[in-house]
Amino acid sequence: MLKGRAHKFGDGISTDHIIPGRYAHLRSDLPELAKHVLEDADVNFAKKVKHGDFVVGGSNFGLGSSREHAPLVIKMAGVSTVLAKSVARIFFRNAINLGLPVLICDTDRIDDGDELEVDLAAGTVKDLTTGEKLTFGKIPGVMLKILNEGGLIPYIQKHGDIKV
Amino acid sequence: MGKTLAEKILSEKSGADARAGDIVIAKVDLAFVQDTTGPLTVRTFQSSGMSLANPERTVLFIDHAAPSPSANLSNDHILLRDFSRESGCILSEVGDGVCHQIVAEAYARPGDVIVGADSHTVTAGGLGAFATGMGSSDVTVAFGLGKNWFRVPETFKIEVDGNFLKGVYPKDLILHLIGKIGADGATYKSLEFHGDTIKKMSMSGRFTVANMAVEAGAKVGLFAADETTKKYLEAEGRGKDYQPLEADADAAYEKTIKINADKLEPTVSRPHTVDNTALARELKGTKLQQVVIGTCTNGRLEDLAVAASIIKGKRPAEGLRLIIAPASRRVLLEAIEKGYIKDFVEAGAMILPPGCGPCLGLHQGTLGDGENCLSTANRNFEGRMGNPKSFIYLGSPATAAASALTGEITDPREVT
Repeated sequence: MLKGRAHKFGDGISTDHIIPGRYAHLRSDLPELAKHVLEDADVNFAKKVKHGDFVVGGSNFGLGSSREHAPLVIKMAGVSTVLAKSVARIFFRNAINLGLPVLICDTDRIDDGDELEVDLAAGTVKDLTTGEKLTFGKIPGVMLKILNEGGLIPYIQKHGDIKV
Repeated sequence: MGKTLAEKILSEKSGADARAGDIVIAKVDLAFVQDTTGPLTVRTFQSSGMSLANPERTVLFIDHAAPSPSANLSNDHILLRDFSRESGCILSEVGDGVCHQIVAEAYARPGDVIVGADSHTVTAGGLGAFATGMGSSDVTVAFGLGKNWFRVPETFKIEVDGNFLKGVYPKDLILHLIGKIGADGATYKSLEFHGDTIKKMSMSGRFTVANMAVEAGAKVGLFAADETTKKYLEAEGRGKDYQPLEADADAAYEKTIKINADKLEPTVSRPHTVDNTALARELKGTKLQQVVIGTCTNGRLEDLAVAASIIKGKRPAEGLRLIIAPASRRVLLEAIEKGYIKDFVEAGAMILPPGCGPCLGLHQGTLGDGENCLSTANRNFEGRMGNPKSFIYLGSPATAAASALTGEITDPREVT
């Protein structure tokens, strides 16, 4: 069971919002890079976020670049899970590959600052602030296997190959 | 039931009867990274304990920060050079050009599966390659195993018929399509381009259209490999890489979108999303401080030819910075031979070395607060060109060149 606070963002949060290209020179200094997580969407996010919190986006979360640094800095900020109405393809794969769950649910019903409880196994999100209960879509089988191993590289190291 | 291009290619490369929705393991024919995604990929790869499956089909491109504007990025470049030397993979150096242009010129073949740690890897779909962007972990797996898993995408058939009017180009077509279906209108899908307009389209135009498939969320943007493809590969000295490729007539499409090319007009994406489109003429009066012509979307010879024909013998508007960024060394050389570079320089433009230029906000034309830029690139997200307080419009090389002359967004038909 995951428990934490929701940080709500709007629709169309791009990888440039998550980690702007102007910080490309910090990509080999991840702790420094991570200080700028989601800076162009909420300049105070890196200061506010606490270990175990949730990033809650709208539609097409993570659109744009293939930079795996985007889910990586979100994970490094201590975020346990990303929730969104829909997610861009490359970001989705990248997040799962790093062991960061992305759950698709009706995030319009979650407000900024709400306390959430996520049950990955049961597929439910409970908004402890409002009492609302949401269900999220199933993560496709192959991605679930990767997620359960903690990411793609740990999966490959354990199995020596990729199977579907 | 017949197959779409995506189903055909993934069937061939997986050895399975690949149908939309299936998950397959497919052989990867080319895997590459660039200098902003490469260092993470190389470190991930080194820590994984794998070795390269196909060093001669593994390429590291230095194009995003080229030449490097900072010590940190120079050190990233050293990491890539060292890895190339130690592993035997191919290095494309500073000044060679943008990865997608060089993949098109030198590597991509019809029917290939290509993965690149860059979202605009889709560009090679213009040649009939199933080319898609992935992150560092997925590319690490392609590096080490020579394969990866793919979900076979459903396909939207984009049927374009008719002739472009004067001043209208493939860029206007793809901006129009993205405006119509939205930035997530084709998420996870294959966009497959059909129709007589597409059959007549040059390879350069096909690359422009395929390049922006990802801006509608698509996994690939695919074109049949035909006589035009064959001639392009022959001209590149790669005639042997050609194989004809087309979708089956009875393939199953999730939907068909018909576009009448005769009805298209010069189109522009407004800040801060690519699907926020308008006609160039509707934006008349929007003042510009910078115009960029180049990038993997529109930095090819044909693009520079169109721009030079508009700019030659004229001057950009007072106070407007005109930046030209050829997509590759080959393009630059040919543009020199054709006299386009002279035309640009005489008109007062700046010529950047082949590479990504100012597109992603690293260097070579970062915008100031409140400034407006019209660029021929593919993305206009908030902060994309290095400053979240600036505004980016996207258009064709013709619209960009015309707008450079007037200093405001201009329909190219007004100045030619």
